[in-house]
Amino acid sequence: MARATTPRRKAFNTALAWAVGLVIFFPILWIVVLSFKTEGDAIRPPLEVLFDAAWTVESYGVVQERSNYVKHFSNSVIIALGSTVLGLLVAVPAAWSMAFVPSRRTKDILMWMLSTKMLPAVGVLYPIYLIFIKLGLLDTRTGLVIVLMLINLPIIVWMLYTYFREIPGEILEAARMDGAGLREEILYVLTPMAVPGIASTLLLNVILAWNEAFWTLNLTAANAGPLTAFIASYSSPEGLFYAKLSAASTMAIAPILILGWFSQRQLVRGLTFGAVK
Amino acid sequence: MTFMTALRAATALGVVAAAAAAQAETITIATVNNGDMIRMQGLTDDFTSKTGIEVEWVTLEENVLRQRVTTDITTKGGQFDIMTIGMYEAPIWGRNGWLVPLDDLSAEYDVDDILPAMRDGLSADGTLYAAPFYGESSMLMYRKDLMEKAGLTMPEEPTWEFIREAAAAMDDPENGVNGICLRGKAGWGEGGALITVVANSFGARWFDMDWRPQFDTPEWKEALTFYVNLMNDYGPEGYATNGFNENLSLFQQGKCGMWMDATVAASFVTNPKESTVHDKVGFAMAPNKEGVSKKANWLWAWALAIPAGTQKEEAAKKFIEWATSKEYLELVASKEGWANVPPGTRKSLYENPEYAKIDFAQMTLKSILAADPKNCCVKPVPYVGIQFVAIPEFAGIATEVSQEFSAVYAGQQSIDEALAKAQALTEDAMEAAGYR
Repeated sequence: MARATTPRRKAFNTALAWAVGLVIFFPILWIVVLSFKTEGDAIRPPLEVLFDAAWTVESYGVVQERSNYVKHFSNSVIIALGSTVLGLLVAVPAAWSMAFVPSRRTKDILMWMLSTKMLPAVGVLYPIYLIFIKLGLLDTRTGLVIVLMLINLPIIVWMLYTYFREIPGEILEAARMDGAGLREEILYVLTPMAVPGIASTLLLNVILAWNEAFWTLNLTAANAGPLTAFIASYSSPEGLFYAKLSAASTMAIAPILILGWFSQRQLVRGLTFGAVK
Repeated sequence: MTFMTALRAATALGVVAAAAAAQAETITIATVNNGDMIRMQGLTDDFTSKTGIEVEWVTLEENVLRQRVTTDITTKGGQFDIMTIGMYEAPIWGRNGWLVPLDDLSAEYDVDDILPAMRDGLSADGTLYAAPFYGESSMLMYRKDLMEKAGLTMPEEPTWEFIREAAAAMDDPENGVNGICLRGKAGWGEGGALITVVANSFGARWFDMDWRPQFDTPEWKEALTFYVNLMNDYGPEGYATNGFNENLSLFQQGKCGMWMDATVAASFVTNPKESTVHDKVGFAMAPNKEGVSKKANWLWAWALAIPAGTQKEEAAKKFIEWATSKEYLELVASKEGWANVPPGTRKSLYENPEYAKIDFAQMTLKSILAADPKNCCVKPVPYVGIQFVAIPEFAGIATEVSQEFSAVYAGQQSIDEALAKAQALTEDAMEAAGYR
């Protein structure tokens, strides 16, 4: 503990943290509130929505009846997990070699990988679409797994690279001194130390892939659409369907919200890992 | 039975099942989430039971749908057998050869029953490329009770001068009532469409016969000035970001004395389940400046089209004939009442005595008939379209122009500045596109 905190200061900080948290979380909270109102009530002034309007699950019923939630949900799970696992399979060895056996070009390669994220996605929509037509990957989960893996790969490699760099080389040296071969070194020394980093990379990428709403909308039609397509189908240019849209959104974000809630310790640890030297 | 025979039997069964599944043809339809489209999805079983063709729906947000469908059509991706497109796209895409011509529809379909304005707007060089599913124009909706309280009577064909007077009389900020609500949101299909028809009704036009933009003419200045003053004086706060849905919400909560917008809004504002003012709404024609021959009527249709390159053209045509037929209208009426029938596509609907009983039906028809996509403006124009110009460059240009105008509504620049910028950017874009 570097600094003494008075109780007053602590109370103030707590209040401030809650206030900021509430502001950030408010849109999601409001979506959940609206999802339990009728369409007529959903457009009333906020205070009336909260205190006057009756609560109902009507919108959830309509959404259930009109859309195949299970299909979209399972697509989301397969695409998010698939692209992340595939990404890790490629990225772990890459980050490993960059962190422990860097070459003259390692820094350049890292920057080059990151630079691919700087191009707006729509710029490569046509090439990718044409490739997908040729390979028969349009509207398939396989296609989306591959594309999302490629999209998120630079982030995965960068995250893993920074984690691996935090592991002191002396420990590996010590292991070698004790007679560990490359296999033992990786399995028993490096892996246990890198697990928190890999876990938080995995979690973050599942969330990124879950929320991805450009490729998942543009490369799917009737079969492979994940929950992003499910939400998009409730937005309307002519007509107010706020309650149904909110119900659909709530159903789409609930799983990832719960996952995030349970793994927040991992996530925070992973994201701040290496931040404090 | 040994394991192997069981396996063989199971495989055989599987093959039979697969063959049966292959026989049932499935078409994929891309559409938007508007009330009439949702109703159509609910009634698809009727089509499947008649034809044995299964239907899969892909519902997307309007702008995503445009992008999605354009990508697929230009690359011949073949993901969709039917697409829901608007009156702006139909002639452009038809001329590009992207759509299957709908010139051999069956005799029972009675293509001559489609309202001429709709047919013209969805055709290119005399060939129909999309069948209208529902059509709309713009009209004025007003609160009968507030007009009465103000001691005014709404004529069937009001002028903008009268609208300003009525807005002043009904405006009641203390009770949260705005004299008038109109779109101000940037976007060619949102505020851009509204200000264009207002300008048309002041005698303005987008281009002269040499494709020279006309924002430097007195008509545009007069129209924009009128709109801005009207909205600043009697419009809702923050109208610069209000589009169709925002105004619908305000009107349904009783916060607007008048609202001029799409005729399709009539079925929402008179719906007792959604609207607090459902029994107090009157309808009138879209206004014009006194003495100007064109009213602020736009024309739009959501239509069904078949992308060139689909493998299932025949099945797709069958669906389009079903969804835009007279029988479909009767089917909707029998299940959900005549007020919920998709409006604005067929003459026969407006000859139907049952439909004539609906409050807003005749005003909708009159508004559609007042709109002529081949002849939008007082002065001659080289283009087709009323609230839009049916050239591919328009969507981009008009979105930028409407952003300039919205900046005026938000008080960020003057009317003269906005018109000068609009003129300059349109000139540049038209020159770059080779029109001048």
